[in-house]
Amino acid sequence: MKITIKLFAQYREGRFKSEERVYPNGTTAQNIMDELGISTEKLPLGVLMVNSKHQKEEYILQEGDILALFPKVGGG
Amino acid sequence: MADKIYRVNMSNLSFKIEDVPAEWMGLGGRGLTSTIVAAEVDPECHPLGPNNKMIFAPGLLSGTSAANSGRNSLGAKSPLTGGIKESNVGGTIAGIMSKLGVKALIIEGLPEDDSIFYQLHVTKDNVEFIKVPELVGKDNYFVLDAMLEKYNKKVAVMSIARPGEMKMITSNISVKDPGGKLRSYGRGGLGAVMGSKKIKCITVDSEKYKEVTIEDPEKFKAASKVFTKALQENPISGEGLPAFGTNVLVNILNEAGGLPTRNFREGTWEHAENICGETMAENIKARGGKTTHGCHAGCVIQCSQVYNDKDGNYITSGFEYETIWALGANLGIEDLDQIARIDGLMDDLGLDSIETSVTLGLAVDAGILEYGDGKRAYELIADELANGTPLGRIIGSGTHLLGRLYGLVRVPTVKGQAIPAYEPRSVKGQGVTYITTPMGADHTAGYAVATNILNSGGYVDPLKKDGQVELARNLQIASAAVDSTGMCIFVAFPALDDPKCLPALIDMINARFGIELTGDDVVNLGSTILKTEREFNLKAGLTSADDRMPEFMKYEKLPPHNTTWDFTNEEIDEFWNF
Repeated sequence: MKITIKLFAQYREGRFKSEERVYPNGTTAQNIMDELGISTEKLPLGVLMVNSKHQKEEYILQEGDILALFPKVGGG
Repeated sequence: MADKIYRVNMSNLSFKIEDVPAEWMGLGGRGLTSTIVAAEVDPECHPLGPNNKMIFAPGLLSGTSAANSGRNSLGAKSPLTGGIKESNVGGTIAGIMSKLGVKALIIEGLPEDDSIFYQLHVTKDNVEFIKVPELVGKDNYFVLDAMLEKYNKKVAVMSIARPGEMKMITSNISVKDPGGKLRSYGRGGLGAVMGSKKIKCITVDSEKYKEVTIEDPEKFKAASKVFTKALQENPISGEGLPAFGTNVLVNILNEAGGLPTRNFREGTWEHAENICGETMAENIKARGGKTTHGCHAGCVIQCSQVYNDKDGNYITSGFEYETIWALGANLGIEDLDQIARIDGLMDDLGLDSIETSVTLGLAVDAGILEYGDGKRAYELIADELANGTPLGRIIGSGTHLLGRLYGLVRVPTVKGQAIPAYEPRSVKGQGVTYITTPMGADHTAGYAVATNILNSGGYVDPLKKDGQVELARNLQIASAAVDSTGMCIFVAFPALDDPKCLPALIDMINARFGIELTGDDVVNLGSTILKTEREFNLKAGLTSADDRMPEFMKYEKLPPHNTTWDFTNEEIDEFWNF
């Protein structure tokens, strides 16, 4: 299945802004974070969204999903 | 020597220095300004008439070595909302007022002869009233440079530009920052109140200052160390804000469908990448600006920045998410440099960059300009508004009035104040803050975005109603208390997630004054401030019917989540049951 991955803030460094990748059925958000080395980043995961909604790391991705990963960020 | 109240009367150009009444002793910042406004200002007064007052007050910890304690509050009745207003600012003013021993500066009355503008110069034992015809018609940087030259030393400067002189309700009051640039008491049209009192600028002497007294220096030092560490070790205040500034929010709000676009028609913008914090940081690095910059001495977060053009020339600083959103997604300007130029222009003209920019977004619906036309937006501010032409007066009257004048229905305001940067239909907790805060639509009053979107202080689903009223209430109570300490609101991020942060803050207050406040006392302080402000508004004629969202948000579904504003009045009015 095709998944679009979007990275933000420090997670872009040495990686990419947005990429479409192919994964087997049953792939979780956590699997992709592991693949990208985000699980072991110094900066903890702040927000994980799939198709503009907040989800947990164990979320099982579906064909065409857009996964967005942010480190802890804030402002106001 | 104990702190004093400096009271200035513009009706007869007199001043006196008073002892601090016992009941004001434990208050600072917003707690003090709102208490004095409630005690001394007739809620029914005209905000630009003789009976309104301006109250400037540093926070409880301002002037100490506590990190991020340099915020100064200004209270008055707002000519924009018709209710009570507290607006706070960084810069050098809070520290200098505290060290001079000024607990509050109260300015009342207005001169009968309205042809003269004054400079007030506040020193240890005196307030001078100086006629400044040479500054009339000049803007903030001119005034700032003139004052720095005149005193040839560190002096705090607060000023208004042409829009403030004209008493436009989009005008604010600018304050010198440590780098010689400007910060603002941003919202509520308080520049117009200063203009009505015929005050062009206020300078506060920093020569004969003393350090503020600390009752228990050892305890203070220990608590201060813990507090600073909490700020530096938190991923948001220690890493994210310094790296990208507040503008890091563009992408996350866009991704969540909460970035108001084209005057609140959609929740995502196709050009967000052009204006986002990541792009801004890249530009700054490539052009020799600064990604980190503090608005006041002692700031360890450094969320501000210096933004240069392609040739390395300064354009603006303090380049905030809300301004960039309003000119970007909401007005459609895709070029970050053009947005920066308008931001710098609004600094010089002393304009509320949220109110003015949201007004321009609505002006598209009025047929005044096209989406994305940054050149025209700049001209409307520089040529029309700043010169007080009839069209400039309309834009300078803010979002609510422009909507009425052009017969528009989709007018994004609460209590007459423009809604900022977070879409109420898809960040519902923030929507509850917008309609319930006594300040009018103000994102800083109770930043539910933290818990709705950023996973700070837990998580409450932004698209559902559940838990939002309670969340907004708790955050507003906490913010009212924090706004009284002189602390920057961003200490809220470590405070929400690090259990060591808030106790350390309270310990610093206790050590400073030799008192024994508990966490409950601080919550009670926040509750009392909110209720005092609400009471003022009720007496001013603002009722529960003003705690409401603009109607179009109740029947227009907002893409991409296709949600509406669906709270009942009863659910909202529950907010005040505490």
